[in-house]
Order: sequence, then structure tokens, then C-alpha cells
Amino acid sequence: MIGEGVIGGLFSRRKAQDVAVEAAALRSDRFRQTREGDWQRLEAIITRIERGRLRSLSDEDLLALPVLYRGAVSALAIARETSLDAALVAYLEGLARRAWFVVYGPREGLGAWMRRFFGGGWSAAVRGLGFDLLIALAVMVLGTVIGWLMVAHDVDWFASMMGGMADDVRVPGASRAALHGTLFGQQGQTGLSVFAAFLFSNNAQVTLMAFALGFAFGLPTLLVLIHNTTGLGALLWLYHGQGLLLDLIGWLAIHGTTELFAILLAGAAGLHIGRAMAFPGDMRVVDAAAQAGRRAAQVMVGVVLMLVVAALLEGFGRQLVNATAIRLVIGGVMLALWCAYFFAFGRGKRA
Amino acid sequence: MARKAQRAGYRADTRRVRTVITPEGVPLAFTLGARGARALAFGLDLMMIGAVLVGVSLALFYMARAAGMSMDNPASQALVVVWIIVMFASRHVWFLLFELGPRGATPGKRVLGLRVAARDGGRLTSEAVVARNILREIEITLPMMFLGDALRQDADAGLMGWAGAGWFLLFVCFPFFNRDALRTGDLVAGTWVVEASRHKLEAALSTGEAARQGHSALTQTTYRFGEAELAVYGELELQALERVLREDRAEALAQVADAICTKIGWTSGRGDERAFLEAYYTQLRARLEGGMRLGQRKADKYS
Repeated sequence: MIGEGVIGGLFSRRKAQDVAVEAAALRSDRFRQTREGDWQRLEAIITRIERGRLRSLSDEDLLALPVLYRGAVSALAIARETSLDAALVAYLEGLARRAWFVVYGPREGLGAWMRRFFGGGWSAAVRGLGFDLLIALAVMVLGTVIGWLMVAHDVDWFASMMGGMADDVRVPGASRAALHGTLFGQQGQTGLSVFAAFLFSNNAQVTLMAFALGFAFGLPTLLVLIHNTTGLGALLWLYHGQGLLLDLIGWLAIHGTTELFAILLAGAAGLHIGRAMAFPGDMRVVDAAAQAGRRAAQVMVGVVLMLVVAALLEGFGRQLVNATAIRLVIGGVMLALWCAYFFAFGRGKRA
Repeated sequence: MARKAQRAGYRADTRRVRTVITPEGVPLAFTLGARGARALAFGLDLMMIGAVLVGVSLALFYMARAAGMSMDNPASQALVVVWIIVMFASRHVWFLLFELGPRGATPGKRVLGLRVAARDGGRLTSEAVVARNILREIEITLPMMFLGDALRQDADAGLMGWAGAGWFLLFVCFPFFNRDALRTGDLVAGTWVVEASRHKLEAALSTGEAARQGHSALTQTTYRFGEAELAVYGELELQALERVLREDRAEALAQVADAICTKIGWTSGRGDERAFLEAYYTQLRARLEGGMRLGQRKADKYS
């Protein structure tokens, strides 16, 4: 128990009990009288913080806050056992609650969290997905191969895989010139419209879905990943038929390494949750899902940012850079940067 | 009748009360935020975000027009890109900025007196706040997208579409399927939303002269109650008496004084009810608290 005298002597400028109060008749009320100065000081500090005026607090007050909080909490425990003053107990409960919010509330602001996030938290979360990254990668490669093989086997699959738009020239049987035009002839479009279209296209939806469906034990996540990569396989097959495979890869790679990486991470995050729920080990299913979900959510924040980067690359990079070699270089560099950031950066700092 | 209603009200209230052990080992009671209040807070936040975005967009638009910028200009295109990113990120930034701030609640939550807290009584970590907010995407945004798709493609959604819609409906309705009104984000983050109520510190009741010596300044009488006269009531009645004394309404004081006098066999004197009740309250409380220290509690007059 920390008495009022200790705290007052250490921290307070004025004496906590300078108002002369008539001593109360009851022992429990005297207990309260010796401490209410501290409680009121605590309340004043909390009220200021609640009003958003944290900066206006003096250092003494900030230092005193945890001590005063513990004093109030211990007073609450004592009051519950010794005092029948219902108003006093209610006040102390309210005070302890408010102080608890402050003392055990978020420590850092948005800025500090972001610094920690980019300075290693994000990559640590990605590495934490571990095995699920490999599963997602394998499934995406598999989807691409399946897409290619199915279309090669029966061209009719193409339309159902691409969910083609009516005026799309990218259909089986299209001429080489027409396909070539889709890769290099888009200079008339403004980067802006492409950027906006990309950002609000189904990419964001696909990543979110891959993540959300993880809560259904991860199986639908696998389906989403396969479904979205078979189209890629079909497209690769189509351009391969006209000898434009490398050009298509360049066209895709400039933003695709970032975009596909984002989809990969989202899928892995979904699988992470699904696997934790299917094999919770010693934990309850709910707790296992929550633990995996917290890590996966960190990854997803990054995925959203990656999609913005991909949109910028697609909207502007691809319009400005019109040569396959340079497109490939940019895409490769981005891939290398992401890999280095996720798997090499911040290692050993924090698991 | 009134007593019954009061009891019922009390019970309805306790259904939302949860006890959390603080790291100091003291149990603290929290009242969960009502689902309606939370939905309203979310609506308020969305409206405020919308208002801010519209305001910023209009200001940017007029500034761009005043500067005579056209869309062919790369600089203005870059500006529009920034604007789109801001639109895209605004919701998350809004929630994270406020819930990670020292006040720990968005303006909408503050208006309705709500706060986010860790379910285990420990620290509310940034990771938890981020998790509960990013999961709002799959609770709100994805169902909206599904709905939009379904409306656009007429009745062509197919079995997969319906399965998907059902799955995301599960997320939307999640708060109605558990006792603690957790949404998926809360479940994953280990948080819940509780009411942030505050109470005033009321005056101590045993400081007056009547309370201390049982002496009434008005009538110069001294009220002393014997063991048998104090033994008739328990803690419930004491706290009812405390409420009456704090509310300090003359007719209520008179009624209660009357009831007590009848019960303990005193004849009530008119006009001095307050001093009488303060004296009785203090002496009853001294007796009950004395019992408490010895581990003997008397919940109400029947025990």
C-alpha cells in the first residue's frame, strides 16, 4: 500500500490534503479522506489525457500517473472489502477503469507504429507465415500450369477462364499484330486512368477474398488462388502461340511481380489462418485463429500497400517504358527488392 | 411494483457486465458497448470521414482550377494519384490514427462513450488495433462488393456467388452470434468494445455533526441507536438510505424516516429527518462495516 504521504512527498507540489476536512466518524470514510487528494489528482490527469491534452501535462504528473493508478486500484480493492459507501466504490471503479484505459492503452501513436511496421514488423510477420508461403506459391504455379495445359488441350476453356469482355482482342485466333498492339500500343491512355482502374479493379477484392476465406479452414483460399492463376496460364498460352511470350512476360512483370507477390502473401495469410484452425495444437480453435489472424492482419496491411505500388507501376511505369528488356529489369528489381525486404531485412531483430 | 421494475432493470444491465482482472490482480467490471451504439458510432465515423474527404476534395479541386491546371499536366496527374491513394487509405488511417492515439477511440466512439479494450485486461497493443481494423474490410467492404456485383449482374450470380454471399453474411452477422457482441475483428485481435463511463466523487456522508455525534443542531437532540435498533437492516437497506441522503429530497427523507421509526419503534419527530437519518445511517454503517472487518456480512434485512 502506498500512502498519500509517500506520493505527495515525491511528486506533488501542493500538499494533497491542504483543505481542512472535518475528520469523519467512520473508519472507512477516514480511509477515504486520507486518499481522496491522490484520487482527485489522478482524475485531473486522466481528464486531461482524455481531452487530448497529453502535451500539457507536466513531467511530474506523467511520472506520478502509474503510481497514482496503482494507489487507486489498491484503494478500490480495500474499499470493496471495508466500505459500504456505494457511491465511493462506484467512483473508484470508474476512476480505476479510466486510469486503466490510459495506463494500459496503446503506447505508441500511428507514426511510431508505422516506423516499427516498416522497420521490421512487416517482414517479420511475412516470415512468420513460414510454410504457408510455400503452399501458396506452389498452388499459384500449379494454377498457371493447369490453365496453360487446359487451354492447350481445349481452346474452349479460354473464354471461361478469362471471363472475357466483349471487345477484348485477346482471344484465341487473334493475329500477332493485334496481340502485339495490346502490349505496346497503349501509349494513348493516360497513366492515371490505368492506375485508377487497376486500384479499383478486382485485385483488391481477390486479395481480400483469399485472406477472408482462410477462416473457412483455408480450402476456399486455395480455390481462389487457382482460379485467378489459371487465367494467367491461359494468357501465357495465347501469346506463346504467336511467339510473344517473352514480351507478355515483360508486360506483366513490370507490375506483376509486385501484384502477384501481394496475392501470394494474401493467399498465404489466408492459409495461415486456415491451417491454424484446422490444426490448432494445444490451443482452442478460437485462440489459434486469433493468434494466426493477428499475424495475418499485419501482412494484409502490407498487401494493400503493395497493391498501391503495383498500381503505380502499371499506371505509369508500363506507359513510360516500352521495351521488353527494361520492363523485365524493372519487374526483376522489384521482385528482388521485395524478397530482400521480406526475407533478409530485420532478421534477428524480433521474431 | 417499483422495486420489481428496478430489479429487472438491474438484471438487464448486468447481462452486459464483464469482469476483467487487471495486471495488478484487481477485478474491474466493464460494461460491454451495446450493438446499436457501436453501429451508430461506426455510422458517425463514416459520415465524418465522408465529410472530411468531400471537404478536402473540394478544396483541392478549387485550388487546381484557380491555378489553371489541366489534366494533361503531369503534375496535376500526380496530384490526382495522391488524391486517389488518400481516398483509398482514408478509412484505415482514420480508425488507426484515433484508436492508436492517447484517447483510444474514434470520434464516433467518443460521442457514444465507447472504448476499445483488451479482453484479457492487459495492454491494448498496436497490433491488436491494426488487426481489428483491417478485418473490418472483410466484414464490411467485401460484402458490399459482393452486393454490388450481384446487383450489376442481375440474377446471374450462380451457386458460387450465393455461397460467397452467405459466407460474408456470416461475418456481417457475427456480433449477433456471440454473448460478448464481438465482431470478427475483435475476436481475432483479442479486444472488445466497452463503455467508458465516469462517476463523480460524492461527498463523504459521515462528516456532518449529526453523523459524527448523532447530535442535531436544529433540535439539540442526540440520536443514539441501540444494537437491536441497528440490527434490523442490512447492506441493501443501507445503500438505499445512502441514495436517499444523497438525493436529499424532503418528502423522500420524511417517508424513509417514518418507515425506519415504525420499524424500530420510535416516534418520528417532524422537521429533523435529515439529522435523524444521517445519524442512523452512520451508526448502521459503522455496525455493518465493523461486521465486515470480522468477516460477517449482512446482505439485507432478511439475512
